Amino acid sequence: MAVNDTLEGTHKIHEEAAAQRPGQLMPILNDFSQELTTLNLGPTHPATHGIFQNILQMDGERIVSGVPTIGYIHRAFEKLAERKPFYQITTLTDRMNYCSSPINNLGWHMTVEKLLGVTVPKRAQYIRVIMMELARIADHLICNSILGVDTGAFTGFLYVFQEREKIYEIYEEVCGARLTTNMGRVGGMERDLSPAALDKLRAWLKSFPAVMKEFENMFNRNRIFMDRVVNVGPISAEKALSYGFTGPNLRAAGVDYDVRAMNPYSSYEDFEFDIPVGTNGDTYDRFIVRNEEIWQSLRIINQALDKLPDGPYHADAPHYYLPTKPEVYKNMEALIYHFKIVMGEIDAPVGEVYHSVEGGNGELGFYLISDGGRTPYRLHFRRPCFIYYQAYPEMAVGTTLSDAIVILSSMNVIAGELDA
Amino acid sequence: MTPQDAAAPEAPVAEDPIKAQNAQVLALLTRLFGEGTFTNVNEPYGLLTATTTRERIHEIVAGLQQDQELKFHFLTTMCGINYPENPGQELGMIYHLHSMTKNIRLRLKIFFPIADPVVPTLTDLYNTANWMEREAYDFFGIIFTGHPNLIRILNVEDMDYHPMRREYPVEDGTREDKTDLFFGR
Repeated sequence: MAVNDTLEGTHKIHEEAAAQRPGQLMPILNDFSQELTTLNLGPTHPATHGIFQNILQMDGERIVSGVPTIGYIHRAFEKLAERKPFYQITTLTDRMNYCSSPINNLGWHMTVEKLLGVTVPKRAQYIRVIMMELARIADHLICNSILGVDTGAFTGFLYVFQEREKIYEIYEEVCGARLTTNMGRVGGMERDLSPAALDKLRAWLKSFPAVMKEFENMFNRNRIFMDRVVNVGPISAEKALSYGFTGPNLRAAGVDYDVRAMNPYSSYEDFEFDIPVGTNGDTYDRFIVRNEEIWQSLRIINQALDKLPDGPYHADAPHYYLPTKPEVYKNMEALIYHFKIVMGEIDAPVGEVYHSVEGGNGELGFYLISDGGRTPYRLHFRRPCFIYYQAYPEMAVGTTLSDAIVILSSMNVIAGELDA
Repeated sequence: MTPQDAAAPEAPVAEDPIKAQNAQVLALLTRLFGEGTFTNVNEPYGLLTATTTRERIHEIVAGLQQDQELKFHFLTTMCGINYPENPGQELGMIYHLHSMTKNIRLRLKIFFPIADPVVPTLTDLYNTANWMEREAYDFFGIIFTGHPNLIRILNVEDMDYHPMRREYPVEDGTREDKTDLFFGR
């Protein structure tokens, strides 16, 4: 029997099973007339970039069905958040999408500020924009370069990882940490951009475009790379919307939805940038959209740096903004507020607020219900990759194992965010 | 605390265009689904919020999705909630819908007794509802009728309780070494 006949038979079984159980993504195949192999991909597999498992049914090289299992690093963030004062929840958020933790931190601060009705000064907003765009570049660099590694091109990864390292050095100057940044405070930033941070940022802005150009030269029209990614794992715009795709993955499918443009926050309306969209939503489109977003992020950073206003870097909200250490040592009021905030003695107003930011991989939402206490009554994170990862079996079925790895890689699924 | 209390007061500075848009959407909602369908209508921080019943939620969401004017094509998120002090309405589901063409967000809530936590599924309308509902089942024990694969998603399968319910504290209540005489925790 020819290979294609076998394949057709498998797809027929798959379709019949799907018709019998509508809505079921992963039909359980009990037909033993075909010789299917069960392949356990994960939970720890060098090619999955995180701890999640897929039990694949393989017909030779082809994937017939896949059942994802997630939750291996679930840490009950939503439950923990019901116990923690607002400023302590920041450290939970940067452990979600750890490839772009500043976006998570600052998104959370903006949610709390929205609840409290605190307006952050322009300078702090611009610094936040710079940091969030740096985080987006770091996130996209990792995703795209790892996609290269998964197709067998290691050079690009090593090359741009140096640049990510420089971004992390800028983080260090701004908040003192690299990975779990705990950046900013409710009400602004915890410190102003130091001269060292500005120097590093300016130097990086000069050196990075050349590297990015070279990275693009290496991949964008590379025949071997394109053979591996073009038309692999495509998803239509309707399907992508139904699956709750957001971020670059949705834009690659041709929907120009970007939270930064649609519901601007933190003064994004002041900057000029384009929203790149793809056409077929395949792996290649996702790759190209991310690359283009890096250029757009650079544009935003340059504009923000040029227009960086003078003024305070935090709001005048002593009840909520954690005072700086030198202030606490010198000043009685600062000491009192520091004590009250750290001990969680300051109650938040009653209210419920949904705030979303454009995270590295999609719309990162915070739904906060406050009953007027020191902690949220309920906090729900809209974690973009938890929502779109459920489309993975559908995208992987019918492809080969090597394609499935590439699709997974291009979806930018971050285990910490997936499991929260 | 009741869900009515949880609903926030008006945003400090209510922006007029948002208010006008919400009023329009609300008018359309009442026209489509009839008077009295929605209770507790308010707009905390500019996001139109309404409470309805579990009997009608599926029909309403389907109607909103198919409505040519509103086109709520996108289910942003849904989550469970537990108010133990609300007899008969202990558990709830909160849906966030988004109309990308008009850029309107809408929050729908339903409440139901904890003894009978059965809600219709939305998986036939949005593929994305699948895992969200599994998450709500996992953490709150809400049963979604018609869901194709309602099993735990983040917790282990042999867990025998639903941990996000308020009856399960984060810390062990019997421990004394963590009690603080001055601050009461």
